[in-house]
Amino acid sequence: MTKQVQQLDRVIIRFAGDSGDGMQLTGDRFTAETAQFGNDLSTLPNFPAEIRAPAGTLPGVSSFQLHFADHDILTPGDAPNVLVAMNPAALKANLGDLPKGADIIANTDEFTKRNLSKVGYDGNPLEDDSLAEWRLHAVPLTSLTVKALEGFDISKKDAERAKNMFALGLLSWLYHRPTEGTIQFLEAKFAKKPEIAKANIAAFQAGWNYGETTESFSVSYEIKPATLRPGTYRNISGNQALAYGLIAASVQSKLPLFLGSYPITPASDILHELSKHKRFGIRTFQAEDEIAGVGAALGAAFGGSLGVTTTSGPGIALKAETVGLAVTTELPLIIVDVQRAGPSTGMPTKTEQTDLLMAMYGRNGESPVPVLAAATPSDCFTMAIEAARIALKYRTPVMLLSDGYLANGSEPWRIPDLDELPDISVLFTTEPNGDDGTTYLPYRRDPETLARPWAVPGTAGLEHRIGGIEKADGTGNISYDPDNHDKMVRLRQAKIDGIDVPDLTVDDPDGDARVLVLGWGSTYGPIAAAARRVRAAGHKVAQAHLRHLNPLPANTGEVLRSYDKVLLPEINLGQLAMLLRARYLVDVISYNRVRGLPFKAAELAAVIQDVIESD
Amino acid sequence: MTETLNGKGLALIPRTDAKQTLKDFKSDQEVRWCPGCGDYAILAAVQSFLPELGLKRENIVFVSGIGCSSRFPYYLNTYGFHSIHGRAPAIATGLATSRPDLSVWVITGDGDALSIGGNHLIHALRRNVNLNILLFNNRIYGLTKGQYSPTSEIGKITKSTPMGSLDKPFNPISLALGAEAGFVARTIDSDRKHLQSVLRQAAEHRGASLVEIYQNCNIFNDGAFDTLKDPGTRDEITVRLEHGQPIVFGTGDNERAVRLSPTGGVEVVRRAEIADSEILVHDAHNPDPSLAFALSRLDEPAFDHVPIGVFRSIDRPSYDQLLNEQVETATADKGAGSLADLLHGGDTWTIG
Repeated sequence: MTKQVQQLDRVIIRFAGDSGDGMQLTGDRFTAETAQFGNDLSTLPNFPAEIRAPAGTLPGVSSFQLHFADHDILTPGDAPNVLVAMNPAALKANLGDLPKGADIIANTDEFTKRNLSKVGYDGNPLEDDSLAEWRLHAVPLTSLTVKALEGFDISKKDAERAKNMFALGLLSWLYHRPTEGTIQFLEAKFAKKPEIAKANIAAFQAGWNYGETTESFSVSYEIKPATLRPGTYRNISGNQALAYGLIAASVQSKLPLFLGSYPITPASDILHELSKHKRFGIRTFQAEDEIAGVGAALGAAFGGSLGVTTTSGPGIALKAETVGLAVTTELPLIIVDVQRAGPSTGMPTKTEQTDLLMAMYGRNGESPVPVLAAATPSDCFTMAIEAARIALKYRTPVMLLSDGYLANGSEPWRIPDLDELPDISVLFTTEPNGDDGTTYLPYRRDPETLARPWAVPGTAGLEHRIGGIEKADGTGNISYDPDNHDKMVRLRQAKIDGIDVPDLTVDDPDGDARVLVLGWGSTYGPIAAAARRVRAAGHKVAQAHLRHLNPLPANTGEVLRSYDKVLLPEINLGQLAMLLRARYLVDVISYNRVRGLPFKAAELAAVIQDVIESD
Repeated sequence: MTETLNGKGLALIPRTDAKQTLKDFKSDQEVRWCPGCGDYAILAAVQSFLPELGLKRENIVFVSGIGCSSRFPYYLNTYGFHSIHGRAPAIATGLATSRPDLSVWVITGDGDALSIGGNHLIHALRRNVNLNILLFNNRIYGLTKGQYSPTSEIGKITKSTPMGSLDKPFNPISLALGAEAGFVARTIDSDRKHLQSVLRQAAEHRGASLVEIYQNCNIFNDGAFDTLKDPGTRDEITVRLEHGQPIVFGTGDNERAVRLSPTGGVEVVRRAEIADSEILVHDAHNPDPSLAFALSRLDEPAFDHVPIGVFRSIDRPSYDQLLNEQVETATADKGAGSLADLLHGGDTWTIG
């Protein structure tokens, strides 16, 4: 039977199942195949915080969405074209996002009376007409897998468990994905259990063959590789990019990296990744708590390491006092906040931009800290190096904001040549800097950067004491002098205000837009995709994105004032808007949704259009 | 098993042949404790003991938390870090782990170490981070002006407990032994010879050393340790622990000895009533901390007999040593990391 092949320019697939069904792995593998094929892509994993929520229930549903295309894309997509539903809960939880006409591939074996009633289905939606407006492919994935693995010396449970590889094989056939990578991956993953490896590969191939032979799928699809900027690419998630950026910062600064961290979702993967790379001289320290994590990093910084701590919102709350100590001792330190939904424990696996004001101001006293935010998963690499550059050059703690969406989402990344990376090496102070030629003044500043010297223990003749008590300008000795305190407060602020950050650039294709849509952090993709849609519909909109939030680029006020309207979508209740209004007296229009999910491009396009059309 | 550096605790720290004196270790800062504070005696003891170590002064770091004792680093002409209430062990952990060439001292008090910083203390001890932790125990909060502390006796009348404190105090030695610290000792501010002898042993121990120093706060808790200092009572209640020696104390007819008790702990009996063979011989190197723990309970219930000296000094690899070995092993196995190889690892594809 010859099957029809249809050309598409882009597809959005969502794999959904129980949290024990291996949906994240299936999504990762499909992503790897797609990256290998050369499509542009963007991913959105979405999973419960519970490791194994009760099987078959709505809270236990785990999903992985992948958007891939023959052109450059900016988001994981608003609405899936294809839903793979491994059980009734996965169907019920995701159907609302599925536009009419989309494909549903459902695992009929799991649509038992018991599973259906668990999620409140009276009848079986695969058998009544309730899914008539979608294209339903009812496939007994589990039993087909078990049947395909009959000859293997494995338990029935292990055979059933391979159903995700059967599904992956079927989808790989449907979209003409290369398969070698997955086969190699399975061989490596189950190297110690060769029978399991063979069974999973067999299930994967059975899924592919099923697509080829079954009448349930009459059409397969081709999405040509995307034309991206020449270079060598890899797929990378935000957490991995951030870890690699920190390693690169260590190499480029010639300082050993010391990570003090406490496990917390969704930041833990940075700790995991860095702990694998000790041969770069990296020391990773899993501390007893968040406070000890940042404390140890600061202690290592005092000793001349590139000190880093990684966490998420609740951890930042705990680290605040130590960040304040880093402010006043003026030591370089990187604090990574992978933001998640709050307050308190909030929704650990869901994304938000609600820690901006905490990053800016969440400390006692006047304690200014530079704040940076990565815009995309791969931008986490660049911004980690930028955070190190600022921390080292200005001897200051730096807050680097990522979020759950960037951390777990992934995209193709053009791997930079090493000579594209900045040289951020530092010179420790080794000689007395007093006018008498013999004394060391730990708070005598560089007149240009206002940074203080950094003399590390082991340097003869520069023995000195620092601490949290206010210091006399120059000598660093304890001082309660009122005028000295006022001076030091202003000096610390002036140092941060004077940090060199690049100007804000505006994307305005025609140069005459009257509305600017501004963003920061992980909203870059959805905002840029929305701006494209609005322009495609014949409207004009300018777009700008802030990656430096403290200090803001010097031209920020000028940019804001040169548009009639400035729209600022944020996944919070208007935190950056408040800062901009206060600072520039510009009447920024906020658009806020705090659902634990990234914005959708269509949603933002409608908002932009409304702002353009309203008086 | 990793070879430990115990007994060679200072081997990784650069030495100097230059003659050092007490004066070299005095900073130019005016000491600002209350007149008569026990901290003066400890500072003088430390300043005069440090030259003995023969270490390069620039390789010595004092890290402290918050409290009266935590002003200590300002008065020593070494590197120093006066940090945050309770967090000194955590900050010092990062420093000591990343810099095995430093002799790192943590100065803390009973509130700093056992109340707000209790978590960091026990974890630094169990990890065996290469730190010398000096816990100045005055059984009161001094800097905040006289509230009871986690080592104050039950029923303590203070500003915050006008009807008496309710909570049972920590015994810092028991706590440290419970955390399986490798070196645990107690000494007294007023006995310089004993204090310096304990500090010397702590310095030479590679790994975490916890030294509890009974320190008199003459403003808010004066006389807390008088019975250990008064010549009339001192020798009757002080149990001097010395490795390899039978544990006996007291004078004349009141001489007493420590032996194993039928309940599994230790007990104090009149020396004349038991045979020499029954007297417990102190073994500070016993890998099992149980007996050391039992000895730490001897001051219960009411300071009738108080052991001082080294309760425990055992040999196990320090945390910095183990971590740095992992770095060395990873480098030896696969070579030093290459950034280009790292970035190009995994699946890649080329366009153009």
